[in-house]
Amino acid sequence: MGRYVVKRVLLAFFTIVIITIITFFTMNAVPGGPFNSEKASSPEVKAALEKRYNLDKPLPEQYIIYVKGLVHGDMGISTKTGRDIAETIFGSFKVSATIGGMAAALAILTGIVLGSIAALYRNTWADRFIVFISTLMTAVPSFVLATLLLYVFCIKLGWIQVWSTENSNYLLPVLALSMYPMAYITRLTKTSMLEVLGQDYVRTAKAKGVAPTKVIFKHALRNALIPVITYVGPMLASILTGSMVVESIFTVGGLGSKFVTGINNRDYPMIMGTTIFLAVLMVTMNLISDLIYKMVDPRITFD
Amino acid sequence: MSDVDMMPKKNPLSMQIDLSKFEKATDEEKKQQDVMSESTTFFKDSMKKLFKNPLAVFSIVVLVLIILLITIGPLVVPYGYSEILKVNGMRDKTAMNLGPFQYSENELAFMEETGIKLFPHIMGTDELSRDYFIRVIYGTRVSLSVGLFASLIVLVIGVLYGSISGYAGGRTDLIMMRIVDIIYSLPDMLVIILLSVVLKELLNDSTGIIAKLGTNMVSIFIVFGLLYWVGMARLVRGQILSVKENEYVLAAKSIGAKPKRIIWKHILPNCLSVIIITTALQIPSAIFTESFLSFIGLGVAAPMPSLGSLANNARQGLQSYPYKLLFPAMMICLIVLALNLLGDGLRDALDPKLKK
Repeated sequence: MGRYVVKRVLLAFFTIVIITIITFFTMNAVPGGPFNSEKASSPEVKAALEKRYNLDKPLPEQYIIYVKGLVHGDMGISTKTGRDIAETIFGSFKVSATIGGMAAALAILTGIVLGSIAALYRNTWADRFIVFISTLMTAVPSFVLATLLLYVFCIKLGWIQVWSTENSNYLLPVLALSMYPMAYITRLTKTSMLEVLGQDYVRTAKAKGVAPTKVIFKHALRNALIPVITYVGPMLASILTGSMVVESIFTVGGLGSKFVTGINNRDYPMIMGTTIFLAVLMVTMNLISDLIYKMVDPRITFD
Repeated sequence: MSDVDMMPKKNPLSMQIDLSKFEKATDEEKKQQDVMSESTTFFKDSMKKLFKNPLAVFSIVVLVLIILLITIGPLVVPYGYSEILKVNGMRDKTAMNLGPFQYSENELAFMEETGIKLFPHIMGTDELSRDYFIRVIYGTRVSLSVGLFASLIVLVIGVLYGSISGYAGGRTDLIMMRIVDIIYSLPDMLVIILLSVVLKELLNDSTGIIAKLGTNMVSIFIVFGLLYWVGMARLVRGQILSVKENEYVLAAKSIGAKPKRIIWKHILPNCLSVIIITTALQIPSAIFTESFLSFIGLGVAAPMPSLGSLANNARQGLQSYPYKLLFPAMMICLIVLALNLLGDGLRDALDPKLKK
């Protein structure tokens, strides 16, 4: 166990280093620099600015300077706005994380409940209805769903106000974000629940007279959730990173939109900061979910 | 009773058979014995199963209809996807944002005058007075072909990489799988966006096929070739690891078959079902990714539509023309749904482990 964790942490660290290298050099390969757009700036001003951000040095040196800063907790300042990157990232991550967290919680809870219902009441109308809805929902792209929700509830019915700085109603973005993972978890739970319900130990438990609810919760559900756990880790990360479309439709200023504008502005520190932040988040999530997976399922060996 | 019957048995308990009691079989009767159950191959068997699955049949029908629509559609509809509507050779300024099956004022006047019936705008027109139906058809073409080609790339790279890694084993396998692990844990959306921007700038000056396809399309393929094959490679490797322990592989090795032949003839055919299923499910995910990229403005280049870019353009006039979002969105949903259901059906039909 200990050896496995050390190995995985090392691998995760290695991955992050590689990601920083890839991002750093690809972003510098894009023609144009952060100060090319300012027409007013004279060559001297531009040179001074580039010196200020160390852009006049050779690339490998720039990379080392950046990593040195990062190790000391300094993510640099934006070449566009002049603000501290760490502050900007954490500020917008708070919004993304709130919406993403709520969406994930909604997706996990509803998905497990619906999936279990579909498995327990197999071949009834409830099962068919749940399967129908969840199959349909996995085919709807999140941006279509988000736009439709916006159209129906904000424009047609006028029940919910469009997102603004004064009015932040989380309902619609959360719904739009949670639909796909919810549908996926429902299907996953149903399949694995059906498999578990056919196992010998469930029959044994029933045969010795254990109460049905106890059989479901203690014997069946606990084992059925193992595949769900493997999905939840990467899902959490992708909900937090991949929500930029939903965020842009509801005009929530999240992390995703910061990244896209960062690329368009060639705001190098911003691109690096966001990538590293999200990569660390994602790698950690994957690591945690793998570890939990191996802990709850003793059949899996650490290799 | 014949004489033979009368003959006393040598032993009362003997089982001595009395031949005269039997009739000779006629030729017709002999033929009846020849009929055996038709021989069936694994492929035939699974196709039979697939066609018994109503959802799979439904999705095949839907896909065939969509393919017919996108091949025949452009031949029937007299408008082009980037063509601004003209009446009598004049640009029709009244044909902006028409509803489904509506004619513009100029067109109505023209039809009144000449008595010629113009082809209806089945899905209306867009804000630049272009026929929306043909744009949706071309968008579907683009999205479907992106999905197919991207899956093909994933298929080739994934199968090659996975089979080499799985068959070689040992240190080669370890190193190759570490690379896969690293690619697997990259935040894919970030890499896609970054690469799309980089490649767009780098490929901008190129000519020939790339320029024709549009740099964005090429960058989507490159991104798929770089990132998305890892899932396939992992699956193929896992499958090969279990298949290569089988006796027939050992037998092939012992008579001196070369690794290439063993992989090609013995191992890959046994991994085929996994590969087919994964490819079928890869197409909708590629279509999703393409529409997502088009949606944030990194998809196919301008006059060429894709379902994602059509949906994105429809957002501006959402309040007045919601159907413009609805048509491409429904098309995406239909394609993805049909492919998902077909993939599920294929899995049920091809996976021998699920055979009852």
